[in-house]
Amino acid sequence: MDNNKLKIRLDKLRKEFGDVVAVNDINLDIYEGDFLTLLGPSGCGKTTTLRAISGLEEASGGKIFIDNHLVFSKKDEVFVAPSKRNLGLIFQSYALWPHMTVYENIAFGLKVKKLPSGEVAKKVKAILEDVQLDEYGERYPSELSGGQQQRVAIARMLVNQPQIFLMDEPLSNLDAQLRMEMRSELKQLHTRTKATTIYVTHDQEEAMTLSTRICVMNEGIIRQVGTPEEIYSRPADIFVASFISNPKMNFFIGKVENIKDKTFIEAGGFSIEIPSGIVGARKELRLAVRPEDFYVSDKGVPYTVQTRLPTGRSQIVMVGNQSGASITLLFNTEVNIQADDIIHLSIKQEKYHLFDNDSGKRLN
Amino acid sequence: MGSAGMEVPAVGGSPLLRKWIRNLTMPQRVIGLLLLVLLVFFVIMPAINIVYTSLTFSLSDRRLPQVVDRGLEVVPGEFTTIHLERVFWSKLTKKMFLIPLRNTLIITLGLTALSMLIGSTLAWLVVRTNLPWKRGIANFASIPYIIPSWPIALAWISVFKNTKLGGNPGWFQYIFKVPPPDWISYGPLPIIITLSLHYYAFSFITVSGALASIDSRLEETAELMGASKFRVMRKITLPLVMPALMSAFILTFSKGIGTFGTPAFLGLPVRFFTLSTQVYSNVKNNLPGDAYLLAIVMILISSITIYMNAKVIGARRSFVTISGKGFTAKLVNLRKFRWIVFALVILFILIFVIGPLYILTWQTFMEVDGDYSLRNFTLHYWIGPDGATGRLGQLLGEGQAGILRNSEIWRAAWNSIRLALTVSILAAILGVLLGYAIVRGRGTKLSKSLDSLSFAPYVFPGIAFGAVYLGMFAKRIGPIPALYGTFALLVLVSLAKRLPFSSRTGTAAMLQVDKELEEAGVLVGAGFFRRFMKIIFPLTKSGFMAGILLSFITTMRELSLIVLLVTPSTKVLTTMIFRYTEGGYHQYGDAITMFVVMISLVGTLIIRKAQKTDLSKGIGG
Ligand SMILES: Nc1ncnc2c1ncn2[C@@H]1O[C@H](COP(=O)(O)OP(=O)(O)OP(=O)(O)O)[C@@H](O)[C@H]1O
Ligand SMILES: [Mg+2]
Repeated sequence: MDNNKLKIRLDKLRKEFGDVVAVNDINLDIYEGDFLTLLGPSGCGKTTTLRAISGLEEASGGKIFIDNHLVFSKKDEVFVAPSKRNLGLIFQSYALWPHMTVYENIAFGLKVKKLPSGEVAKKVKAILEDVQLDEYGERYPSELSGGQQQRVAIARMLVNQPQIFLMDEPLSNLDAQLRMEMRSELKQLHTRTKATTIYVTHDQEEAMTLSTRICVMNEGIIRQVGTPEEIYSRPADIFVASFISNPKMNFFIGKVENIKDKTFIEAGGFSIEIPSGIVGARKELRLAVRPEDFYVSDKGVPYTVQTRLPTGRSQIVMVGNQSGASITLLFNTEVNIQADDIIHLSIKQEKYHLFDNDSGKRLN
Repeated sequence: MGSAGMEVPAVGGSPLLRKWIRNLTMPQRVIGLLLLVLLVFFVIMPAINIVYTSLTFSLSDRRLPQVVDRGLEVVPGEFTTIHLERVFWSKLTKKMFLIPLRNTLIITLGLTALSMLIGSTLAWLVVRTNLPWKRGIANFASIPYIIPSWPIALAWISVFKNTKLGGNPGWFQYIFKVPPPDWISYGPLPIIITLSLHYYAFSFITVSGALASIDSRLEETAELMGASKFRVMRKITLPLVMPALMSAFILTFSKGIGTFGTPAFLGLPVRFFTLSTQVYSNVKNNLPGDAYLLAIVMILISSITIYMNAKVIGARRSFVTISGKGFTAKLVNLRKFRWIVFALVILFILIFVIGPLYILTWQTFMEVDGDYSLRNFTLHYWIGPDGATGRLGQLLGEGQAGILRNSEIWRAAWNSIRLALTVSILAAILGVLLGYAIVRGRGTKLSKSLDSLSFAPYVFPGIAFGAVYLGMFAKRIGPIPALYGTFALLVLVSLAKRLPFSSRTGTAAMLQVDKELEEAGVLVGAGFFRRFMKIIFPLTKSGFMAGILLSFITTMRELSLIVLLVTPSTKVLTTMIFRYTEGGYHQYGDAITMFVVMISLVGTLIIRKAQKTDLSKGIGG
């Protein structure tokens, strides 16, 4: 994958709705062939960002470049019409025209482009075969299942041969099983077409499995951009650490102890030696450990098991101690644990995250 | 993010120019601005004109006693308080303002009370009891709502007119051989009764809706706690339907203020004036300044009630009871009264709903008005030729042919149909465009002004609105020639009066078209016109068609709005009815009335069939 050619650049992009700042001066570069996911909680501005890129929503500030062309600039009053930006969009609702058949839905864009009807028919037929709906051309969208509607939406986008795919939570209306199927179809689609894709979701698992890069947003601000591995193993701040975690991340207030020339963090009964120099003059900081990053060992800190939630493949265990600390753990099923057991916990080597108490930024 | 490789292309030209060009090519802006100009013309200008005319001299003021006595010089267009003085502070005040105001209030309050009583009783019986044949009853009970209000008044005249005021005796006098007293034949009592028999449908519809949405478990809970049936009614049911009652009250009241046809038919013969008939008579007597002041009073009263209505409807939300969908309403068992009540309800429908139509129809077959015997039967008033004579050798209807062979009536019918068609199609188009500009521009000032401006004609009672347009278009304004006496003026005024309805239905239809459906078209480069024809219009079509049919019916039966504006060449069916009845040719008036009634009924049936919904809601306008 050619990861060097810049496809889209957002430069201090901003969008306000009255008093609400939906997108707050974000900078983002998206490269040719990227599958970039905008990930964040509801209302963080994902859809707004996507719509600003498409041109369906006019941003209130900043610039957008596509293929080295300025397509939007507030300052210069440049605004390139959505249809001239060479992109396709799949709406969350699919927005299939209910009064047109599947065939007509897909053919519409081609007719607008005044293609001869023979060619329209050929193209639509080919694309219908691609998405395995060749039998369904004469049906209306309401006569299709959710997954089929989804494929019509994809076909309608593909037939116009856009270079950029935009997708706004395209799977959120499907049931769990279908979602998994469509997820792999989307992945195949990307591998096949290599089209630059911007994908919106608030499902972290979806983001992790599909993306080449993830952009985590919160309250209109980009918190971190990176590969799924980077985001997972080195969350840039407390927000990302807690958002990208399932079950939820364990946070501790950590006390900094300097013994001789070594530095230790004391938290929840654990004592971790950390490289000196990263804590500076801080006396206190935040320690975060993922539920799967604990293990049971005789030398560990004692905790009492409060509840155990088996999921079949693994088990989620909540433990606590007398000083009120509580921890969520994720073990495989082989670890034999009952409620009220006392277990001794240790943190896996290097599997901890340190954050500044005030700014929330990552330290290690 | 290090990609310094992105060169910034140079942007030529002026940003400001680009901004303007783009703003002016956004469809909802362009359409919105054009509509705004139209609305200013339709709504703001008339409002300014009415105030202006009532505060300035016009030529006709030369003959006013106040002017003559004081030797004032009348310069048309010059400011004067003479009309204010005449209406509010002179010897005339009592006759011209106070008495009509009092009469209006008496009639409106009376008809509101009576119609609410009838409407909510019927609603309760139909929704909450085990009355037999409910659907049929509900359908028949909403007929008065579909047909115009004045046929009932005409039927009343047929039954109760007496010979004291001249003319032929009515049904009552024919049977009982004594003339009914004047206060039964004409004046406030018959006006209240006949109007109530039309307006009760408002209460019937709103209260049935409210009653149907009450979960009867709310009442049962109270009963289980030991509350008596009466207490439950007072403490639980009544508060829950209160908002509906309030809004029925205000709706009926504000309609009642402006009603014209019935007070004209039943009031004018005994010189019983309401504000609306007083406006009419002032205009007819060439006293526009005085007429407009009265119109302003009517507009104020109806604005206040509508403002209150908005408040009530706003408060109503808090009353919505949240309950699961499939609750079962427990019906009150009427036990041994079940069939008695049923008989009474059927009697009510036969006498007051079917009865008037039956009498009107009968009347059209009577050779001589007032003779109810069979030998008096004739088809002349429907299909008789010119100059036909009757049994006694008299000329029938002064030699006029029956309505189906009468070229004058055909001309009026053609005018009516032409008017209703033009108005309904234009109103529907205007409605879709308004809906588009309002919904797509949501949040902008333009959208808000369109929304409120298009609602404004609602507060103008029909007769006042007609009077305003009469004044405004009597002379040329700018490029628009004087329109008095033209068909175009009728179209304009009807279209303007339909604005609130058009914009409401247009907005509702547009709200149902998800914005994304249009955006999917934008993305593939479909221009506005194409999106409109291929996406928006097909998706709003059924609402559009229903809107056309509703506007058609409403315009066909419109009287008060255009009664001041028609001239012999533009006369329509309703104004013909008015003239014939005024002139004592009841058979003709009633025959045309039945014709209009049939059109209303058939049209509504078609809408209901096509939409499978209860569309009586939209008709009141
Ligand atoms: N048309 C609009 N008018 C006013 N406010 C809006 C509009 N669209 C979005 N907002 C606001 O902007 C913010 C961001 O909205 P956006 O739809 O981009 O969020 P999102 O990240 O897509 O959320 P979700 O996951 O719920 O789809 C929210 O606070 C939202 O209320
Ligand atoms: Mg969204």
